Amino acid sequence: MVRFLLRRAILAAMVTLTVLVVAFALTRLSGDLAVSIAGPNATAEDVATIRKNYGLDRPLPMQFLEWAANAASGDFGRSYLYRAPVAGLIKDRLPITIGLGLSGLTIALLTAIPLGILSAMREGSLLDRAIGLIALIGQAMPSFWLGLVLIIGFGLKLQWLPISGVDTWDGYILPGIVLAFSAIPALLRLTRAGMIEALASDYIRTARAKGLSTASVVLKHALRNASMPVVSVAAVQLGFMLGGSIVIETVFALHGVGYLAWESISKNDFPVVQAVVLLLAMIYVGLTLIADMMNAVLDPRLRAG
Amino acid sequence: MTARSISTGLGLFIVGAIVLIALGAGLLAPHDPFTQDLMYRMVPPRWMDGGTSLHLLGTDQLGRDYLSRLIYGARISLLIGSLTVVTSGLIGTTLGITGGYFGGRIDDAVMFAITCRLAIPLILVALTVVALVGSSLTVVVLTLGLLLWERFAVVARTTTMQVRNLDYIAAARAAGASTAHILIKEILPNILTHLIVVATLEMALAILLEAALSFLGLGVPPPLPSWGLMIAEGKDYMFFSPWVIMVPGIALFVLVFGINLLGDGLRDLLGVSQRR
Repeated sequence: MVRFLLRRAILAAMVTLTVLVVAFALTRLSGDLAVSIAGPNATAEDVATIRKNYGLDRPLPMQFLEWAANAASGDFGRSYLYRAPVAGLIKDRLPITIGLGLSGLTIALLTAIPLGILSAMREGSLLDRAIGLIALIGQAMPSFWLGLVLIIGFGLKLQWLPISGVDTWDGYILPGIVLAFSAIPALLRLTRAGMIEALASDYIRTARAKGLSTASVVLKHALRNASMPVVSVAAVQLGFMLGGSIVIETVFALHGVGYLAWESISKNDFPVVQAVVLLLAMIYVGLTLIADMMNAVLDPRLRAG
Repeated sequence: MTARSISTGLGLFIVGAIVLIALGAGLLAPHDPFTQDLMYRMVPPRWMDGGTSLHLLGTDQLGRDYLSRLIYGARISLLIGSLTVVTSGLIGTTLGITGGYFGGRIDDAVMFAITCRLAIPLILVALTVVALVGSSLTVVVLTLGLLLWERFAVVARTTTMQVRNLDYIAAARAAGASTAHILIKEILPNILTHLIVVATLEMALAILLEAALSFLGLGVPPPLPSWGLMIAEGKDYMFFSPWVIMVPGIALFVLVFGINLLGDGLRDLLGVSQRR
């Protein structure tokens, strides 16, 4: 058990380190950063000044080591655009993005698990097919477009929900629904497959034979076994959702980390971009690590691996 | 006719129709997709009040014929979708087969690469690259191609592991075939069906991502009629004329839906079972 977790933790650290290098290389190798910062109307002298002021004239490995060392102590440099420390900018906006991710995940689980159970209980029926169609529709839905359609429908025509900002809690509903759409297909299929397998197993037959009610058999016995993979995939999906928040936050004008990233990318504010790439990668790595741990706790067979 | 074959047929019909429309865009489009006519801006579709049979789906904010832009937009989606899949398929399959066949340290390295790729936030990195290199069709294809290979790698690796110890591989080895020959001529054809199924799913994903990038202003550059870009350009007018975002949005949805139906159908038809 300890060895398994240790190996996973070392792997996670190595992945984070690699992403650190990629995040750095990304902004340095694909163009001259100084020219990008200076903008299209800058003279050669402007560019030279910027290169010197931002320390871009030093060798790349030196720049990388300095940035990595600072990042390790929580200092991600200063934003060119906001003229403020990047760490503070991200800290201010992180609650919105996390709130968005969690509302998306909650909506996704509340939709996918009941539908998956229903689908499994009536395997092959018309209901099962209809639910399968929902998964396919969710998979094909362009999230940014769905966001706009919901804004027109619920925000403007019906005026039920706020269409931008999160000044009140219900501001999370529409973006949460859009975000949930991307996770529902995977979670739904997994719940369905897990439940079908569980419902066909011997202990369910025993439970039924004992005369337990269908509700008790399905919810207490089968769901408990089917939920293990769902829980670990849900953690990974949350990571993807936080990564996808960049599109949703732009559509709904939510000033979270995703919006900050989009703004920084379009304005060449690269210290911020690097930090957000690193942050999202670390959250993803952390969530997969948690998922691995949960699997190890729930399924003793994995601990040997 | 089972429900499955109906849905596969529907997928085939949708994808086939859109491919034909894209190929015959020059013949089918009633107008030039780039010609502006500032006298006829934001004309609604034919069936709405103020619509004209001159512009069946209306015109956009610059007076360009919406139907013609939609038709030429199909080319962009399909082109980016298929070129991305070719790029990412080459990368992923090479890595997957190599890791799966050789195993050991090489496989560890491939698995590590896959794990790292999954940790990299997709849209964020794609946006950054396009912003730095400059937006063009080629840049979008290369960026997405370099980012979307992991599912090819995972599937190629697992399936290669399943076939590498079969007798026919041992026979080829005994007959003195080179490793390259075994990988390309013996293993690749046997895992191809699995890869084709992955390719459909990845193509759908690539088309959605291109639209999202273009929507955020860092994908295909204007005035190209990318569906994502059309939605972005229509966004400012959507409160008064919702059809400007409905038309390209529905087209995008239908294409991706069709590709997914086709992919699911192929998976059943080719007898491929895989975890999603």
